[in-house]
Amino acid sequence: MIQTEAITQEQLDKQRQGRLYSFWKEFRKKKPALFSLFFIGFLVIVMIIGPYVVPYDPAAPDYNKLLESPSLQHLFGTDAFGRDILSRLAVGARISLTVSISAVLLGAIVGTVLGLISGYFGKWMDRLIMRICDVLFAFPDLILAIGIVAILGPGLKNVVIAVSFFSIPSFARIVRSATLESKEMLFVEATRSIGASNRRIIWKHIFPETIPTIIVYFTMKVGTAILAAASLSFLGLGAEPSSPDWGAMLSKSRDYIDSAFHLVFFPGLIIFLTVLAFNVLGDGLRDVLDPKTKD
Amino acid sequence: MWQYIIKRVLGLIPLVLVVSFVIFMFIHLIPGDPARLIAGKEATYEEVQQIRESLGLEKPLFVQYFDYLKSLLSGDLGYSIQSGAPVSELIGERIMPTLGLTFLSIGWALVVGILLGIISAVFRNKWPDYLGMLTAVSGISLPNFWVGLVLIQLFSVQLGLLPTGGADGWQSYLMPSFALGAGIMAMIARFTRSSLVNTLKQDYIRTGRAKGLGGNAIIFGHALKNSLIPVVTIAGLQFGFLLGGSVVVETVFSFPGLGRLLIDSIQIRDYPVVQAEILLFSLQFILVNLLVDIIYSFLNPKIRYE
Repeated sequence: MIQTEAITQEQLDKQRQGRLYSFWKEFRKKKPALFSLFFIGFLVIVMIIGPYVVPYDPAAPDYNKLLESPSLQHLFGTDAFGRDILSRLAVGARISLTVSISAVLLGAIVGTVLGLISGYFGKWMDRLIMRICDVLFAFPDLILAIGIVAILGPGLKNVVIAVSFFSIPSFARIVRSATLESKEMLFVEATRSIGASNRRIIWKHIFPETIPTIIVYFTMKVGTAILAAASLSFLGLGAEPSSPDWGAMLSKSRDYIDSAFHLVFFPGLIIFLTVLAFNVLGDGLRDVLDPKTKD
Repeated sequence: MWQYIIKRVLGLIPLVLVVSFVIFMFIHLIPGDPARLIAGKEATYEEVQQIRESLGLEKPLFVQYFDYLKSLLSGDLGYSIQSGAPVSELIGERIMPTLGLTFLSIGWALVVGILLGIISAVFRNKWPDYLGMLTAVSGISLPNFWVGLVLIQLFSVQLGLLPTGGADGWQSYLMPSFALGAGIMAMIARFTRSSLVNTLKQDYIRTGRAKGLGGNAIIFGHALKNSLIPVVTIAGLQFGFLLGGSVVVETVFSFPGLGRLLIDSIQIRDYPVVQAEILLFSLQFILVNLLVDIIYSFLNPKIRYE
């Protein structure tokens, strides 16, 4: 009995390792996705070292250089307090990416647990969880987030909660259907027949099977979350207006649209490129990891 | 057909009840005493007490919910804290501009999105396809408030062609509906392409080719109709995106619609208005999805018998 288990586990591990290699071989061919991965990697580096390498203090005003257009000293220009926009964007990467990634992570964890339970146990638990998802789906995404922020009050922590809420039902549904599929696989049947507990079956055997789907969906949702978080900050419901959060930087820029367009242009461009990178990477990952759902 | 519609409508009742309960709870979930929230910071103890009584806040929660439903059914959405006006009146003033904007946006998004999708599918893996799909993935990734601001810079500040905001005349609808529809156009384009590509692989298309039909006859005579069925569903789902987006876009363009009313009301803590607006947005979304299901079952009779 023990031996059978050991071999199965080893084989499974090997199989998964092999999968990782063949994944990379396939993924390498997707040039736009590969490029997006590099761009996101670059952003992560900026996120980590940004505050230590930026040329100007992102918070220090310089009243001799108010609303300056882009120049060699200030590549992206300066804002209404004379602060360097490039430096603010680099430091703000930390806020914007942390908020969106942690929101999706939170939504993914709750959604995955709900999806696994729903798909594996079925019956009334499945019905209950799916009905809860229906209710969450009945609210348009951003309206749900705005409503939650209206209850909890503005602020980044509440933006994370609000944005995570609308990714919960989509993760739950997608993990549920992946669970239903792998539940029927032979090796799960075999594990059950040797007396493994439900918890063990779910975590050791079913959950690993759903990981590729979760990764694809996670990547795509990060793009959506960045847009949602930026929208909330733009509406004055998220980050402090004075913080270098990308959305917050745009919210005050409207007042200067006819005199200093670079205030609007660069933060929006960074948001756009970042979301684009996550979406293109998500597309590439889906083609390789989850070809069933392609097209 | 009628049987299916009735079944779908009845099936929605529990959902609408739960959604309305969640929204009813909204005012109770805000930290603090609801009566004091509604009365405002400067209200005296007596005023707060009076509000508590007039709103029935001392009754058990389920009785309050029942009262809430009753007043909803009679069209009473409560009163604005700010102006004292009935919320239904405030919403009534704002609903037409928002509906106009929404329909204009989904309208052009459908037309352009489907066209772009067809072009991409027909020229699959050639440069028009790459260009079309690059447009689509960019459209999905664009922050709509940024698109709005860039448009204002281009057409209002630089060229002086269009008004920067408001809702006077058709000109003031152009930029907001472009900013609002761009993302949906992109999703529809992607979906039309993949749906059409799948349809073109079907056997009956091969039969059509075998009997000598030309490319256009195949696409417009046979494939397109079938591949548009799933596009209907996606358009309905995107409607939620449109409602959320309208809040942001209306703020950018100072557009006097429901979205801007929602944000203004949150900022001044006019909770009855916020509550009514969230209810309205959700019901609208549920209703559109019901309509989409019905249209879908009309286009694809198989679904009615499941």
